[in-house]
Amino acid sequence: MHGFANPARFLRMARWLMPLMLVPGLILAFGAVAWGLFMVPPDRLMGQTVRILFIHVPSAWLGMAGWSTIAIASLVELVWRHPLAGIAARAAAVPGAAFTAICLATGSIWARPTWGTWWVWDGRLTSFLILLFLYFGYIALAGAAQRDAAAGEGASRVTAIFGLVGAVNIPIINRSVVWWNSLHQPPSITAGKSSIDAAFLYPLLIAALGFTLIFGGLVLARMRMLLADIQTEARLRRKAMA
Amino acid sequence: MSTMIKPKHQRLVLIILALVALIGAGLLAAYALSKQAAYFYLPSELVAKPPEAGRAVRLGGMVEKGSIKTQPDGVTINFIVKDDKARVPVRFSGITPDLFVEGSGVVAEGRMEGTTFVADNLLAKHDEKYVPREMKNMTSAEAKAVIAETK
Repeated sequence: MHGFANPARFLRMARWLMPLMLVPGLILAFGAVAWGLFMVPPDRLMGQTVRILFIHVPSAWLGMAGWSTIAIASLVELVWRHPLAGIAARAAAVPGAAFTAICLATGSIWARPTWGTWWVWDGRLTSFLILLFLYFGYIALAGAAQRDAAAGEGASRVTAIFGLVGAVNIPIINRSVVWWNSLHQPPSITAGKSSIDAAFLYPLLIAALGFTLIFGGLVLARMRMLLADIQTEARLRRKAMA
Repeated sequence: MSTMIKPKHQRLVLIILALVALIGAGLLAAYALSKQAAYFYLPSELVAKPPEAGRAVRLGGMVEKGSIKTQPDGVTINFIVKDDKARVPVRFSGITPDLFVEGSGVVAEGRMEGTTFVADNLLAKHDEKYVPREMKNMTSAEAKAVIAETK
């Protein structure tokens, strides 16, 4: 694993891997959303509003996948001190927060015509809003730690610890509709079984794949940016010393 | 006898211990919340332990088939919310959400008055199934046959 620890080697790989993820991701996501908007039949109860499914569900999945990425990368950073792990964790925060916000916004728009309300404080909605606030906290903390490091205070582990602790919310979001009575319905797709008709399921799976590739491409782009930042910082410091 | 533990392994053990403690605390908190964090009462819970009269609560369950009756004033409806154990009569005046239909889920916000639940607001709760409109009147076997044909 430490073979990728060399940032130069990682950057060479990221340069071609990033468009390799972003381009097919954008094509698949746009295609699946267009499929969902124009070709899918209306749902028996929800009618036309079912089309929000193809943005809402992939965003929810990536909001949670984003924090899982942060948690795993933080673990690798803390235990193995892998030099790129902390960068990967920080790079996943902004895309993860963006997808979480998209999920909350589309969910709210969907809830108005179907449930009859913009927002309720049930277990699923509340735990997902907490996820968004955790992202905000993480982004602020990571920024502060980076400024401290740039000021020569030494690298701080507090960001990684926060990333691990925040992961406790992920299983709570996942189980919230099972543990507690909630207005949000239980999961439609569980271990190999789906109660979504094939007419909706295929565009949904393609949309999820497309959005995931976009997410991966964005994380690589942000990792490149963070590494470039660190390089510039180091170069400036050397100049100042000379 | 000197056993050297690699610092890497020491950190791994420490973090695993911390995570176990953290997950344990999380589970305990979730368990303690298991009653309070429920968004609504089920009819059987409301019947078994009625809240004091006038306290605002939410009742969630299925709208019994054939139970929706519109009163002569045209805006008040009576219906029955049930689960597998109990049935609670509900009264509501106002506009119902589009998805409020018999045999579907509902969450009513209101209070108990005697044995009737008086709702100020209705929220529709739908199930986790997504089915196209043309197939809603078919039995699941018929729908499967149509899907098999179109494949």
